[in-house]
Amino acid sequence: MNEPITPRLSVRGLSTSFMTDRGRVTSVSDVSFDIPSGGTLALVGESGSGKSVTSLGLMGLHAKGSQAIVGGEAWFVKRNGERVNLLALAEADKRRLRGNELAMIFQEPMTSLNPVLTVGEQIAESVRLHLGMDRRDALQHAKKMLDLVEIPAAERRLHEYPHQLSGGMRQRVMIALAMACNPTLLIADEPTTALDVTIQAQILALIQRLQKETGMSVLFITHNLGVVAQYADRVAVMYAGRIVETAAVGPLFAAPQHPYTRGLLACLPGMAVRGSVAKSRPRLTAISGQVCSPFEPPPGCAFAPRCALHIAACDTAMPPLAALADGRQARCIRVNEKIEMTA
Amino acid sequence: MNDTANPLIEVRGLRKYFGAGPQPVRAVDGVSFAIREGETLGLVGESGSGKSTIGRMLIRLLDPTEGQIRFKDRDIAHISQRQMRPLRSSMQIIFQDPYASLNPRMRIRQILGEALDTHGLAKGKGERQARIAELLDLVGLRPEYADRYPHEFSGGQRQRIGVARALAVEPSFIVADEPLSALDVSIQAQVVNLLCDLKDRFGLTMLFISHDLDVVEFLCDRVIVLYLGKIMEIAPTETLYHRPQHPYTQALLAASPIPDPAQRHKDRPLLVGDIPSPANPPSGCVFRTRCPHALPACAETVPALAEVAPGHWKACLRNDLHPLSMKGTSQ
Ligand SMILES: Nc1ncnc2c1ncn2[C@@H]1O[C@H](COP(=O)(O)OP(=O)(O)OP(=O)(O)O)[C@@H](O)[C@H]1O
Ligand SMILES: Nc1ncnc2c1ncn2[C@@H]1O[C@H](COP(=O)(O)OP(=O)(O)OP(=O)(O)O)[C@@H](O)[C@H]1O
Ligand code: SF4
Ligand SMILES: [Mg+2]
Ligand SMILES: [Mg+2]
Repeated sequence: MNEPITPRLSVRGLSTSFMTDRGRVTSVSDVSFDIPSGGTLALVGESGSGKSVTSLGLMGLHAKGSQAIVGGEAWFVKRNGERVNLLALAEADKRRLRGNELAMIFQEPMTSLNPVLTVGEQIAESVRLHLGMDRRDALQHAKKMLDLVEIPAAERRLHEYPHQLSGGMRQRVMIALAMACNPTLLIADEPTTALDVTIQAQILALIQRLQKETGMSVLFITHNLGVVAQYADRVAVMYAGRIVETAAVGPLFAAPQHPYTRGLLACLPGMAVRGSVAKSRPRLTAISGQVCSPFEPPPGCAFAPRCALHIAACDTAMPPLAALADGRQARCIRVNEKIEMTA
Repeated sequence: MNDTANPLIEVRGLRKYFGAGPQPVRAVDGVSFAIREGETLGLVGESGSGKSTIGRMLIRLLDPTEGQIRFKDRDIAHISQRQMRPLRSSMQIIFQDPYASLNPRMRIRQILGEALDTHGLAKGKGERQARIAELLDLVGLRPEYADRYPHEFSGGQRQRIGVARALAVEPSFIVADEPLSALDVSIQAQVVNLLCDLKDRFGLTMLFISHDLDVVEFLCDRVIVLYLGKIMEIAPTETLYHRPQHPYTQALLAASPIPDPAQRHKDRPLLVGDIPSPANPPSGCVFRTRCPHALPACAETVPALAEVAPGHWKACLRNDLHPLSMKGTSQ
């Protein structure tokens, strides 16, 4: 088994720009990553770093009015082995793929659930459309999906409307809807951010179980590093529209390479408490300043204005995402200098 | 009660029911606790458990249905808003949303100045200016920012302005209601450090409401765990996180994702189901419908909050469960 295995999804040089009042602005540039079959890649980064823009571009779901221009390639291997570039597909093909092989779930389930249809009707409608089942079979299938996502009393829930459900239940229904067409790639955009930790744990366990059973790949978008540490195989860290570091989850947390990733992990109170030896309360190493505006990007590295390791050379050009040992990558010109960062 | 020497605030049998009729929403249902002078007390629990309602009652933004709130040895639970007036400057609140809580049409100078004026805390223009500069400095903002409007600041900066406004009147007590949840982690750290400094420098007493268990562990001296308007457990932070006794606390900690892939949860017990409606809470122990250790007796008897070790209180009928050692098990 030494042959390289084709990843389920292989994104290369994805970029996205939008039309705004102040002219065209580039929100995402040069995003590249792979997700193996059955694997989970976490895309992490602060608010506005470009996580949702990346995922919506892959799904072909940018709002028409935003006049999005999406560049790059996203090679997806279909169930039948055929390789297609998601960014170059005709609208009709994309729609077919979305019902069959690609599925997405969002932070707010109400955005993708129809408030005037019962839970059963919406799942049934989707499988009728995409899997070509008749009414009765489709409703039967809907019940099976609710059982699959561990919704108690599924028979009764089929006839309820989304507003009658709790936040956690709605998220389960959305997952049921996504799973109804047996996707090979699930994109989950902050699916647990609005939920309490106990419900978050249930939903994450559910996604993990489904993944194990079906072998689907997952692109998991979150800003919660605890969730990343617990669930991801690989991680891509985004900052100001670009990936600044990628690595397997263990090495990333054990030895983050990019100054931003290092800063992010040092910010975590959970890490500080665990890492402290003395009885006294440690201070958190906050990253000073704030993210640059997309309208006035710094001349070189986008993290430069906040970076503790910044030198003049950082301002000459955007650093490339350079390959490091062990299949890791980092976008920093000083990454090989092995500098200790102190608070 | 709750072994608190020198309490600044002492709460007894506090209740808040919303709505009349046979099934009011029992948002807070008989809680008793105290906050020591200089202490940061954490308040955690799932959404809807009554955290904000407690916080708002303590500073009388909400009228309690029943119970006592002793502030500096005076029961303020039912005094009139006019009688509250002189106490207002002693008690402040920091809200969750740094965007909504500042008036967008006022410059920072006016926002802070208004707080000073209301309580007659700065005499004359010079003193007012100086005090505003001092407050901005305290929260790590440059004095020239005083002439900007809220929208010209980042989320973390706005939250620090909210802190400055709360501190302007030199309060002895602050309720911080999820002050970090709207902020990114890198910005959260700035505000957490600020709160730590204020505590160390001024000995500020604080009720810190949050659902982020890691931040609470970092910042708080003691923690209250709330469920459906009732206290499940109170303990010093380290005890609560390392030797939680109540099944709900144990479940909450087990569900909280540890930011370390070397410590992945394996087969941890997950709570099933959702939090029940506070309009129709379960009989007996309110947690029993989700509790992995519930016995038939749990449906009959409301467990009292009892001291299980000095300073450590829990409301659970079962005393035969081993306190789980939650942390450091992998070392
Ligand atoms: N339709 C649009 N028109 C113009 N700009 C947009 C549009 N959609 C997103 N952006 C901009 O693109 C950038 C990235 O946004 P994105 O939604 O991907 O962030 P995110 O990483 O998902 O953040 P969050 O964690 O808050 O969800 C932001 O600066 C945002 O303002
Ligand atoms: N003004 C009100 N009228 C009716 N019910 C209310 C009112 N305010 C709060 N409640 C209810 O009281 C209960 C406790 O609410 P509270 O806001 O205190 O919860 P919380 O613990 O702060 O939750 P969160 O974590 O979501 O902020 C909830 O069931 C809520 O719906
Ligand atoms: S009293 Fe019973 S139901 Fe409540 S927490 Fe204890 S064991 Fe569980
Ligand atoms: Mg997003
Ligand atoms: Mg609240």
